[in-house]
Amino acid sequence: MTTRLSRAATGTALTMLVAIALAGATLARAAEPSQVTITKFAFAPKEITVAPGTKVVWTNEDETPHTVASGDKSFASKGLDTGDTYEHTFDREGDFAYICTVHPFMTGVVHVKKP
Amino acid sequence: MKTRDQDRSENRITRRQALACLAQWSGAAVVWTVSGGVPHALGATRGDAMLKSAGGGALMFVQISDTHIGFKKEANPDVDGSLRRAIADINALPAKPAFVVHTGDVSHLSKPEEFGHAKELLQELRVDRVHTVPGEHDTIDEGTTGYLRHFDHDGNGKSWYSFDQAGVHFVGLNNVENFKAKTLAALGDEQLAWLKKDLSSVSHSTPVVVLAHIPLWTIWEPWGWGTADSAEAIALLRPYGSVTVLNGHIHQVLQKVEGNVALHTAMSLAYPLPTPGQAGIGEPGPVTVASAELGKLLGTRQVSVVRGRHELALVDTPLDRA
Repeated sequence: MTTRLSRAATGTALTMLVAIALAGATLARAAEPSQVTITKFAFAPKEITVAPGTKVVWTNEDETPHTVASGDKSFASKGLDTGDTYEHTFDREGDFAYICTVHPFMTGVVHVKKP
Repeated sequence: MKTRDQDRSENRITRRQALACLAQWSGAAVVWTVSGGVPHALGATRGDAMLKSAGGGALMFVQISDTHIGFKKEANPDVDGSLRRAIADINALPAKPAFVVHTGDVSHLSKPEEFGHAKELLQELRVDRVHTVPGEHDTIDEGTTGYLRHFDHDGNGKSWYSFDQAGVHFVGLNNVENFKAKTLAALGDEQLAWLKKDLSSVSHSTPVVVLAHIPLWTIWEPWGWGTADSAEAIALLRPYGSVTVLNGHIHQVLQKVEGNVALHTAMSLAYPLPTPGQAGIGEPGPVTVASAELGKLLGTRQVSVVRGRHELALVDTPLDRA
């Protein structure tokens, strides 16, 4: 279900998508992935709302490694170095809280609900 | 439970100490001594004068910390080189240390090759052994499993342990794993129960040295610079006449004294971090300084146990002393 992508696979397109997400387009269509940036020891956006079937991609832009790990253990990344990405597709509705296990003060939520 | 104001008040003190310490770095080593609960920085060169005046040590060892082997970003493109310089300094000490302790973040990403390479580098130390405790960078993907493949000191599959040397009781702890969302990492009940049992056979007149990666006092909670259940550990240590807690994690020298318990954080051998809650910096990420400045902010610590004194003599020595 989940795959790590090389840092080369991301790029300006990702930056644009992040910009769109940050601009408030938090309700993504199932066809395109939603992006979360990990920067300055925080998930941005901290909360994101997606439709079932949406793939969410996290990209670590910090020089410090981070992880993405859900409270209910339904998804968990390995350590993400600078530029590494992690993705997970959310099939069922619900609110999925997650943290960085290296820095548990970093928290985020993925809200999955039908549009 | 401390209030936020108390935390802030403590933080102001530690930041002041940090600034005082930074000022001392312009000279050679910083020599800390503690008399009557008040820390003094002595302007000695490499601490020789102070150690001589203390009458020679019964036991001397060296603390290194936060080597982050595998890190290769702008803040320090050559962490191997920094560790090698520290090893050269330690090997050149006039008296051979009994051992070296590494207070965690041996690796940057917990990768097997990072642990393996770190172990190879540490074998260049001309000491009998190196004791380590895990940092949060050493437990990223599989808890302590990968770390213990290289650093299981007593072979019992635990990341905490104790040993005795020259009449001093040493305890190594793991305070990087037990956490819940939005809380500080903790020692956890299993480890606290072990600590209580371990100390039950140690007389209160025995000097105790505790090694743990994250400080055992709350320095700056928003950045995770503290241990959720440190008060329980300190309560177990308080009956002892001499307790010295050596921590890493925050990549700078800070100190706190609570009665007979002295807590010290150490410099890193990889890169500097901001001062606690430093204005203008929102997160505890690597700080890039001019390359000529880096060696002044990285360093090692010589620790001497002096008979007849309950304070240990600490000498923090940067890689670049000129």
